[in-house]
Amino acid sequence: MWEYTDKVMDLFYNPKNQGLIEAADKPGIKVVTGEVGSIACGDALRLHLKVDEATNIILDAKFQTFGCASAIASSSALTEMIVGMTVDQALNLTNKEIAEYLGGLPEEKMHCSVMGQEALEAAIYSYKGIPLAHHEEDESAMICRCFGITETRIKKTIKENNLTTAEQVTNYIKAGGGCTTCLSDIDDLITDVWEGVEQEKILVPVIEPETDTLPKLTNLQKITLIQKVLETEVKPFLAADGGDVELYDVEGDKVKVVLKGACGSCPSSTVTLKVAIEQKLQQLVLPSLVVESV
Amino acid sequence: MSVIYLDNNATTRVDEAVLAAMLPYLSEFYGNPSSMHTFGGQVGKAVKQAREQVAALLGAESTEIVFTSCGTEGNNSAIRAALAARPNKTHIIISQVEHAAVLNQCKQLENQGYTVTYLSVDGQGQIDLAELEASLTGNTALVSIMYANNETGVVFPIEQIGQIVKENGAIFHVDAVQAAGKIPLNMKTSTVDMMTISGHKLHAPKGIGVLYVRKGVRFRPMLIGGHQEKGRRAGTENVPGIIALGQACELALQHLDNVFEEQALRDLLEQGILNTIPDTVVNGHPKYRLPNTTNIGFKYIEGEAILLSMNQYGICASSGSACTSGSLEPSHVLRAMGLPYSVLHGSIRFSLSRYTKQAEVEKVLSILPPVIERLRALSPFKNDQEAWLQEQEKALAATPK
Repeated sequence: MWEYTDKVMDLFYNPKNQGLIEAADKPGIKVVTGEVGSIACGDALRLHLKVDEATNIILDAKFQTFGCASAIASSSALTEMIVGMTVDQALNLTNKEIAEYLGGLPEEKMHCSVMGQEALEAAIYSYKGIPLAHHEEDESAMICRCFGITETRIKKTIKENNLTTAEQVTNYIKAGGGCTTCLSDIDDLITDVWEGVEQEKILVPVIEPETDTLPKLTNLQKITLIQKVLETEVKPFLAADGGDVELYDVEGDKVKVVLKGACGSCPSSTVTLKVAIEQKLQQLVLPSLVVESV
Repeated sequence: MSVIYLDNNATTRVDEAVLAAMLPYLSEFYGNPSSMHTFGGQVGKAVKQAREQVAALLGAESTEIVFTSCGTEGNNSAIRAALAARPNKTHIIISQVEHAAVLNQCKQLENQGYTVTYLSVDGQGQIDLAELEASLTGNTALVSIMYANNETGVVFPIEQIGQIVKENGAIFHVDAVQAAGKIPLNMKTSTVDMMTISGHKLHAPKGIGVLYVRKGVRFRPMLIGGHQEKGRRAGTENVPGIIALGQACELALQHLDNVFEEQALRDLLEQGILNTIPDTVVNGHPKYRLPNTTNIGFKYIEGEAILLSMNQYGICASSGSACTSGSLEPSHVLRAMGLPYSVLHGSIRFSLSRYTKQAEVEKVLSILPPVIERLRALSPFKNDQEAWLQEQEKALAATPK
């Protein structure tokens, strides 16, 4: 028997927001649907969103789910989490956050949270009129034929969830869980992804410090290096979204930064950004660094 | 909350008489049955009596009974023994719906150079005897077919199969773990060479089983060591388990006369569900089935969700759905039967025992309809047009398996 948290069982027995949303009858309100899975897969989720077109805020979310207890609980959690968010904020929601909301899921059931995140993405893309991401994915090679999962999707999941074994990939998106013949291909994709990351690191020669000189950085050297990474690695990335970052202070391993522009006003992106900047600094300056937004 | 236990194909309650019979062998009578002294010798006598009790249920000689640790060991050692006895033959025939203890063993043997034929089953879970006949060759060492399927309860025509196998000369092994105690067995007039039984499926404890080996059939042991079980299974006997199994077999033999009562309750449950809950189907042959088992497909909803909902009311059953196994694939048995996915994922097995009460069945029948209705209200498929569903199934049929 699975070890489900009380939260999972509570939302399975008493799910919130089940059902459909009536088609919008007022101008300026749009109702969209995102769907993932199928009856063959053993689970499927249809997510309905009601969005205010002026503010892009999600006014209501309802779900219909075919699946196990954790699929139903994940669907309920998702609808509770996204009401009140703008569609862009909702797009930043990760499957991890859905699982965390539930107090965790058994690893074999992580795919239920992934299904929630994918249905959300499908619904929002439909709202924005953007063709679904997996239409592009169809161009990439079909790895898992049993569950119809492509290379692009597997690689994305590996990266986003830091996966290192084929078994984990199966737990997250089912790939490899059928006839199991593609497990060795999934092993190869894992190697590809993480070797690629190693490559990226090596491709930044300017600021790649000598690993053995790392601990010997003086405070001034450290601050200079942090400043340099922020300038060359972080700022260009933020500028694309109309945001900016400024170094405020460095106290020991604590790097205090000020987030500006578009990203400064958005609570969910602040969290994402903090993590992203921290990762960059840990990777390129000192592994012990912690970022704080002030 | 009282438990309504309808999962007896998974395991059964130890009968009180069985427990009482075994307990002294965990305390007072702890001697080794192989010992020369009287203290051990009296235990040896008790083991001998238990062997006779088991033989009586099987209609066998007591020398044909080999005690094992479980059904899996019985199946593994029977297959290994048959192959060792036919060293020049490399072909095995089993069905697609065998228990994992046979299926996975044979898959491993394929890696060791054996060829395995997996006989298909029809929509009602029956094999085709003509396919068996056509599959047998001069190279066939072993045919291993289950007596009754653990998931659907479908019973195979073992003696008809045995006739065909005997004409070919291959060894015939039968996994009777689910059948023993539910179907009368008589090895004296049977064509079966080896047969596996498991104690905990017939109200004995876990950790004890039997492999019946017909007198004269060549046997090579899997466990090598001492002379126990006439050299066919080394290792000090699990005496309390053996005593328990002997007692359990005696009770099972008595109960065979009353098995129709169990069947009447099973039918009450099955008919009750079919009559009160729409979109339900029975999986498996309606007639050639164990008297205690029914496997019902609840369309448009998923098995784990049904099980956990019933669990709230203390009702215990099983599902062949992907989500309950952790394997992501729904039951190999139901898939081999070619059932549509709308049925596959929502299939629940109810298995009764001689302890099942009519009041319990009636309680299940009152609880189940709202449980199913609630889950169907959550499902996107129930409210859809049939057309959409057919489209899904069609798309699926078109994708390579």
